[in-house]
Amino acid sequence: MTKPMIEAGKLNVHFGDNHVVHDVSFSVAAGETFGLVGESGSGKSTVLRCIAGLVDSWDGVLAVDGQQLGHKRDKAFFQRVQMVFQDPYGSLHPRQTVDRILSEPLAVHGIPDAETRITKALEEVALPRTARFRYPHQLSGGQRQRVAIARALIANPSVLLLDEPTSALDVSVQAEVLNLLADLRQARQLTCILVSHNLAVVGHLCRRLAVMQGGRIVEILTEDQLRAGQSNHAHTRDLIALSHELEG
Amino acid sequence: MTKPLVEIQNLRVDFPTASGGYNPAVRGVSMALGREKLGIVGESGSGKSVTGRALMRLLPEAARVRADKLVFDGVDVLNASERTMRGLRGGRIGLILQDPKYSLNPVMTVGAQISEAWRAHNKGGKREAREAALNLLEQVRIRDPRRVLDSYPHEVSGGMGQRIMIAMMLAPDPAMLIADEPTSALDASVQAEILKLIDDLVSARGMGLMLISHDLPLVARFCDRVAVMYAGQVMETLPAQDLHRAEHPYTRGLLDCMPHLSQKRARLPVLTRDPKWLEQHS
Repeated sequence: MTKPMIEAGKLNVHFGDNHVVHDVSFSVAAGETFGLVGESGSGKSTVLRCIAGLVDSWDGVLAVDGQQLGHKRDKAFFQRVQMVFQDPYGSLHPRQTVDRILSEPLAVHGIPDAETRITKALEEVALPRTARFRYPHQLSGGQRQRVAIARALIANPSVLLLDEPTSALDVSVQAEVLNLLADLRQARQLTCILVSHNLAVVGHLCRRLAVMQGGRIVEILTEDQLRAGQSNHAHTRDLIALSHELEG
Repeated sequence: MTKPLVEIQNLRVDFPTASGGYNPAVRGVSMALGREKLGIVGESGSGKSVTGRALMRLLPEAARVRADKLVFDGVDVLNASERTMRGLRGGRIGLILQDPKYSLNPVMTVGAQISEAWRAHNKGGKREAREAALNLLEQVRIRDPRRVLDSYPHEVSGGMGQRIMIAMMLAPDPAMLIADEPTSALDASVQAEILKLIDDLVSARGMGLMLISHDLPLVARFCDRVAVMYAGQVMETLPAQDLHRAEHPYTRGLLDCMPHLSQKRARLPVLTRDPKWLEQHS
């Protein structure tokens, strides 16, 4: 196996007296998309937010591209690691145009050629040129999520963290965004972690995934094991059974 | 068959635009609902929620609502007095919305909110209302109803919040429940529990249910019939168990574009929208 791009070892998170993540360890190879599934409160988003540097009260080992992460991250880290959130309504500034939203990461990281980069970023996520000077409320949900993805990619990251990127979208728009994510990670050789409670979505994008319950990883499965229902843990089997049931 | 609970004929709803014109949201919807479970499915903007709200006359005043017939249990909704409508809303028709975080009052205890709903439509004192609230919480299968009664909405989980909403809607013993995306903000496992609960309650009480959602397979599992809406019109209505035999390309497209656990696909088919679907049906 090649050197892992993302590594977590014995990660523990406390919120006050609440111990919300227990000894979570996994590693993600470069170019791989790794899934984290579980019910709400299982700690999957918290793990993602620790990697992103949004949660501070953790201990254990976190490393990206062989470099150990501290609690304070430098600017280069925030260029290399980007995140897309669940709700495009909440994650875009309502009073900034798409142009302004996309210029911000470029200004922060001192990346030149804003003009060409913004045009290219919009093209890459298949947004029309006219979207550039619109406000988020003038766009549909799917278009907004495309803006959020464009913003994450414009600083040229190597790691993309996805927190339920399609659960606020219609199924038809979900299909478009999932296809877009598949194309982009291929074209840019991105390493991704996808957090979702939808097993079918995770199975579609990830070759490997971890199932979480009560802040612990109960099992790590491959996509094939997931699809075949080969699991050694009761909780995973419940989730798989439920997913099959809802598919009808 | 006896007289249906809801009769909608040629419902049209338009919203005013900034330039003084009107933007159609619902373009001639007709449906009838007895004491059964009807699912309304479509993407955002298809007019499914607006249809539900028109039935409760909950649309903003600026909206233009026209229909040949819009009747709930013998009441002509378009011409009823505001007083009659107040008896319908939350009384004969219960409405459950997507996110309990926003539909519950954050500064009132759960018990106070359910009691309030109960007292608005029943005669009785505070103590009786509290007893009724406790009873309702038991009916929606909340484990520790006494503790929940005195908690605030932020102290309960999303699934529990939705159970509380359902309890509140059941307080006046409605004839019909409109559930507008009742589980979209919840986990898959909680989703199934809540729908099962709604299903059980609706069957046990013999209510009519209008389940509005964008998730076709989910709706099909819990409803008797499914109406598929696109751009303000009903594309097709079919018995839920025949969903896999749906003929309309839009319905097929919606079913196709979901990833499946049992089936591996490199790319998901994307819905191609036929301009013909937009044409006005007669």
